[in-house]
Amino acid sequence: MFDFYFELPLWLRLVLQGTAVILVLFPLAAACSMAERKVSAWIQGRPGPNRTIAPFLTWIPGIQIFQKLGLFQLAADGGKFTFKEDPIPGHVNKFYFVLAPIASMIPALTTVAFVPFGAYFTQLADGTIQALPIALTNLDVGLLAVFALGSLGVYSLILAGWASNSKYPFLGGVRASAQLISYELSMTLSVLPVFLWVNAPGMPGTLSLFDVVQTQSQPGFWGGMWYVFLMPVSAFIFLVALFAETNRQPFDMPESEADLVGGFHTEYGAFKWSLFFVAEYAHMIVGSGIFCLLFLGGWNPLPWVPLQTVTDLIGITGNPLLSGLLAITLFLGKVGFFIFFFMWVRWTLPRFRYDQVMKLGWQKLLPLSIANLIVYALVIAWLETR
Amino acid sequence: MAVVTVERKPLTLWERTYLPNIAAGLATTFKRMVKPVETLEYPEVRPEIPKGYRGVPTLVYDPNGREKCVSCQLCEFVCPPKAIRITPGEIPTEDPNAHVEKRPQEFKIDMLRCIYCGMCQEVCPEEAIWLQQQYSMTGYTREEMVNDKKRLYELGGTLPDEHFKWDKKKAAEQAAAHGGAHH
Repeated sequence: MFDFYFELPLWLRLVLQGTAVILVLFPLAAACSMAERKVSAWIQGRPGPNRTIAPFLTWIPGIQIFQKLGLFQLAADGGKFTFKEDPIPGHVNKFYFVLAPIASMIPALTTVAFVPFGAYFTQLADGTIQALPIALTNLDVGLLAVFALGSLGVYSLILAGWASNSKYPFLGGVRASAQLISYELSMTLSVLPVFLWVNAPGMPGTLSLFDVVQTQSQPGFWGGMWYVFLMPVSAFIFLVALFAETNRQPFDMPESEADLVGGFHTEYGAFKWSLFFVAEYAHMIVGSGIFCLLFLGGWNPLPWVPLQTVTDLIGITGNPLLSGLLAITLFLGKVGFFIFFFMWVRWTLPRFRYDQVMKLGWQKLLPLSIANLIVYALVIAWLETR
Repeated sequence: MAVVTVERKPLTLWERTYLPNIAAGLATTFKRMVKPVETLEYPEVRPEIPKGYRGVPTLVYDPNGREKCVSCQLCEFVCPPKAIRITPGEIPTEDPNAHVEKRPQEFKIDMLRCIYCGMCQEVCPEEAIWLQQQYSMTGYTREEMVNDKKRLYELGGTLPDEHFKWDKKKAAEQAAAHGGAHH
């Protein structure tokens, strides 16, 4: 049925796949901004934006649901950001000022290439069923690539802060870089135990995110266990560092609208400003995706219940399209919950002071992640040599 | 009063991680989120105005449909921002209310000047001017913001009366005129 697709040249297929992913991720990131407004409204006992509607659509029955959810407000905001005047202040370094929002989009949309968002099953010639990843690229260095590209995101903040050529954006840029360095360390150290567990000594090693999920989909008590149960401290450190990396509350030091006006984006407006925020939400989506892959079993519906059990149960294991769609839905559901969690935390916790952020990063999380790594390394070494 | 020294307990290690309080905070916000919203969606849903609310000043009729204002102009004189302008007029003798003698020919309250102080209501000997529940006055021009007599009675309507003082006066006069025949 889909053979014609596989007869297309490889480069065209890759372009189509990449475009499809970006066409999903970009509006999803924009929709997150509306979700943010709605969640904040509900938490504060308000209905949130619920009035906007295009007048020529009002005759459609049931469209009021989308009106109440603010979907048309989102479109109106998008249109406003796209078409409103976009002045460039006279005192900025124009080239870098324009470059910064573009630079923020590049890592945000690139990292998604390494995230597998599902798996489907095919029957090999000898009858065994093999799971294959649904991803743009399934690199063996998947997580490393995500970390390498994801941390480039802060360059756009530094660039924006510096190119704006005024005090508050500059302070925001400085804070962004300091915060990123502080939390990148604990984040990387916190995922090392996962890969110590996944990779057996003497075997070909992997940093592939798909393989991490596959090791959480095995039969048995230890095989089906999600790593959040096996390594709760790792998961916790990773989550906290993820909040800091994506500049979310309570770690939104680079913005700090209370003390830095708007931080790095003080001088920005209109479309350039919205690009920063789409990038921030894209980082959140990718970051939540990686958390789900590493610690929450990716597209497995429940702990100890791998995807294949469910597809066998409803008899769609042999159907790559349906099993793939089910996997993607489960994965996006988990990611959606984490997006909600990010917002939930934002409207619950007050912001840390800058010195508290530094203290937490260097004096609490970093020693904790090192201790965590040592403990797991020793335990795993003991298990392997037993 | 005796001073009670409350012992300040040091935080336990678990408490110092902030985690219990973060979880409690998340629970609080989540509970708030699933509760129904408290916002009134204003133009469609109007707030309930409490009794005794002092909104826009209005003129009222008595239960018999007589306009209570006798254009004594006390409210005009007492009005601190000089928002009220009254043109007094006489009631013609063929009118059933001729015994009241006077009523306003025109009564204007400039709502751009009015400060809703309620002194007009307080000073009125006839209980004819009332600050009622109307709280939203809008207009596109300055002229629209001046309430004339017709508009004031539309806003005011009829309020119950306890005294019917002019009816009593008329009855007393008639009785006196009747009784006077004996003298």
